Amino acid sequence: MHTDKVKHDFEPKIVALVCTWCTYAGADLAGTSRMQYPPNVRVVKFPCTGRIDPVFILRAFQKGADGVLVSGCHPGDCHYMAGNFHARRRFAAFRKLLEFVGVDLSRLQFSWVSAAEGGKWVEMVTELTERVRQLGPLTEFRELELAEQWSGATLTTPELKEAYQAI
Amino acid sequence: MSRIGVFVCHCGENISRTVDVEKVAAEAGRLFGVAYTCDYKYMCSDPGQNLLKKAVAEHKLEGIVVAACSPRMHEKTFRNAAKAAGVNPFLCEMANIREHCSWVHEDRDEATAKAIDIVTMMVERVKRNKKLQPITVPVTKKALIIGGGIAGIQSALDIADSGHQVVLVEREPSIGGHMAQLSETFPTLDCSQCIMTPKMVDVVNHPNITLHTYAEIEAVEGYIGNFQVKVRKKARSVDMAKCTGCGVCMAKCPQKKIPNSFDKNLGFRPAIYVPFPQAVPNTPVIDRENCTWFKTGKCGVCQKVCGPGAVDYTQEDEIVVEQVGAVVVATGFQLYDIGPKPAGSAIEGYGEFGYGTIPDVIDGLTFERLASASGPTGGKIVRPSDGAEPKSVVFVQCVGSRAREKGISYCSKICCMYTAKHTMLYKHKVHDGQAYVFFMDARTPGKGYDEFWRRSIEEEEAVYIRGMVSRLYQKGDKVVVMGSDVHIGVQVEIEADLVVLATAVQPREGADTLAQKLGISYDKYHFYSEAHAKLRPVECATAGIYLAGACQGPKDIPDTVSQASAAAAKVMTLFARNELEREPIVAKVNERFCVGCLACRKVCPYGAVEEKEIRDRSGNLIKVVAYVNPGVCGGCGTCQATCPSKSVELDGYTDEQIMAMIEAL
Repeated sequence: MHTDKVKHDFEPKIVALVCTWCTYAGADLAGTSRMQYPPNVRVVKFPCTGRIDPVFILRAFQKGADGVLVSGCHPGDCHYMAGNFHARRRFAAFRKLLEFVGVDLSRLQFSWVSAAEGGKWVEMVTELTERVRQLGPLTEFRELELAEQWSGATLTTPELKEAYQAI
Repeated sequence: MSRIGVFVCHCGENISRTVDVEKVAAEAGRLFGVAYTCDYKYMCSDPGQNLLKKAVAEHKLEGIVVAACSPRMHEKTFRNAAKAAGVNPFLCEMANIREHCSWVHEDRDEATAKAIDIVTMMVERVKRNKKLQPITVPVTKKALIIGGGIAGIQSALDIADSGHQVVLVEREPSIGGHMAQLSETFPTLDCSQCIMTPKMVDVVNHPNITLHTYAEIEAVEGYIGNFQVKVRKKARSVDMAKCTGCGVCMAKCPQKKIPNSFDKNLGFRPAIYVPFPQAVPNTPVIDRENCTWFKTGKCGVCQKVCGPGAVDYTQEDEIVVEQVGAVVVATGFQLYDIGPKPAGSAIEGYGEFGYGTIPDVIDGLTFERLASASGPTGGKIVRPSDGAEPKSVVFVQCVGSRAREKGISYCSKICCMYTAKHTMLYKHKVHDGQAYVFFMDARTPGKGYDEFWRRSIEEEEAVYIRGMVSRLYQKGDKVVVMGSDVHIGVQVEIEADLVVLATAVQPREGADTLAQKLGISYDKYHFYSEAHAKLRPVECATAGIYLAGACQGPKDIPDTVSQASAAAAKVMTLFARNELEREPIVAKVNERFCVGCLACRKVCPYGAVEEKEIRDRSGNLIKVVAYVNPGVCGGCGTCQATCPSKSVELDGYTDEQIMAMIEAL
């Protein structure tokens, strides 16, 4: 896989929230098989997709992620029997909310990658990276965070708050 | 805590080829809270681990990040090293810069940048890690075996012989299972009863085995080392303590025409019966559905004739609660039913074989009963329709098995061999008879198996026809078999006296409900799933539950016995310890914030969440909160993501830790 390196103007940041049993192992397999994929993804390991709180996805977007990938075991293969089913329900509802808020849903990818699917992991990361690259950086959330900071809500000590009020 | 050591591994050249390890170490050194960094050729080697231990001592490190391979590879190694160095093992984390970085990227700058990010995330995580202590749980040294066939019997005897208590639960009135129904066994033609019944007697006489026959599992609670099992002992209507097994009741029972399911309905039994003469325990059961007393309230003959007064019509189902530390599931198989397709079944029926309407079309197990010396015909092979000796018998293999279009794609494994055995048994009893076998492939892997199969062709002159059967129909007193011979490419029609279908091996009816009670997983056919197809073939993914025999997949007797002994060995390994240690990745409830909605209980796959009442000193109820039993909790964290008040936290994966990782980007 020696493709010519293309320099892009924009390198998106992708955060992957994965379960340790299937997708993390699948990503390991991609490594041991020496497959190649864009280095834009940062993996956060969870015991189970059931542990993934939608807030993590929001926080990732807020803190600079341009795309988020959530991946776990295939339905029926969950190490904890049913965690991925709970995750699936939760995210089905969460997608609607995110759409309502105004985030392009193609920045967020849910999928099942088993421990044997190193190839699928590579494909998915590559696809998502390219897709998000086309969409460009996600700025809305970061601006919101900036506004939040300017509102003084994050000032912790009373002295600082007082100073802020005095402006 | 803020004295973290970052150790960057070269992994020979595996990491250092694409990642600038020195730069990673230098950048990590700039992070707030990192007190020491270094890079080394092989961190996992002895000198590498010593380097880590030395650094901990010299720099008073309180947390460790090893940037190397996947935690699935060496997390244990480094956590042990951390422990040896005096650091809580859960304050040691691995940053995966090999599988997730150096091996999958080529550009050195990009890979180095990514490695720095990964290390940063892990440093932020370790800062917020808590010191965790392994959880110890006591082990109850008593095993539950579900199923009293050869698998359950073998497991029970092995465990009991090692000196541990065993509870064996069997659904039928007698143990023995399918093996007790067989006439002879391949590849040695041993009489099945002769090798089986002594083992059955051993079970009932063993001082360490408690036997519950005619009983079913009602509910299972608990976890490895500590299961509470409710067993429903169905009303036998006969007092086991008083009954001597004399059999007068059976002889005097006026109801004698009830088809005996043990004999595949070829013979009859009374309403008070033992399934077969060698039954263990030899205590009869009253079949309440067919008994005149239970139907009309009149009769009572068995009670009158019973000398010891053991017959008790008022007996009721009894619930026995057993405390056990391990469970072996050995529920076995049943044969695919050639009768009408049951409603709701995913498996297509065999209309072309008459749906069980042609009396002289039988399945393999029925043939076993015909050939068995203790069977309904005393071992004489006759046709069920008119009792005549069949002069030509057609055996059809792969009925249901390897038939994707019918809904079963697997191979039933035992049919090739038992059909070869059937042709032999038939030829030994009907010397002038002719056996034909329609087959797809002859699968005979096993010690002495292929020789056995060849014998059926070369010595017993069975005619093997490679091809499938398309239709069976009655013509006069014959059954016409329409099939094909694909070797010579012609249609074949045989007028047979008897047709034996080698029907597919399926899990027992109700295998899925039992699995749900036990909390173990099963495949789409309801065979139970092992934890790993190759390396953990007898364990379930649920700790403390083991599998033996055909409930896990089609198996012959030698394989079943091997697996049963293997399961027993696993149980003994567990029982060799007084306490179990397990990873402390469990959920904990913050009782101050918990509002007691118990949404966590609904999503918990382990049933680990309980209600806990909080009372003041005078005993008034203040509030009800959730409580997570750390022994039961599997550590998935679904409860935490579900909790609306954020008052459950999964140790090792707290919100704080995860947020810190995300924010480090």
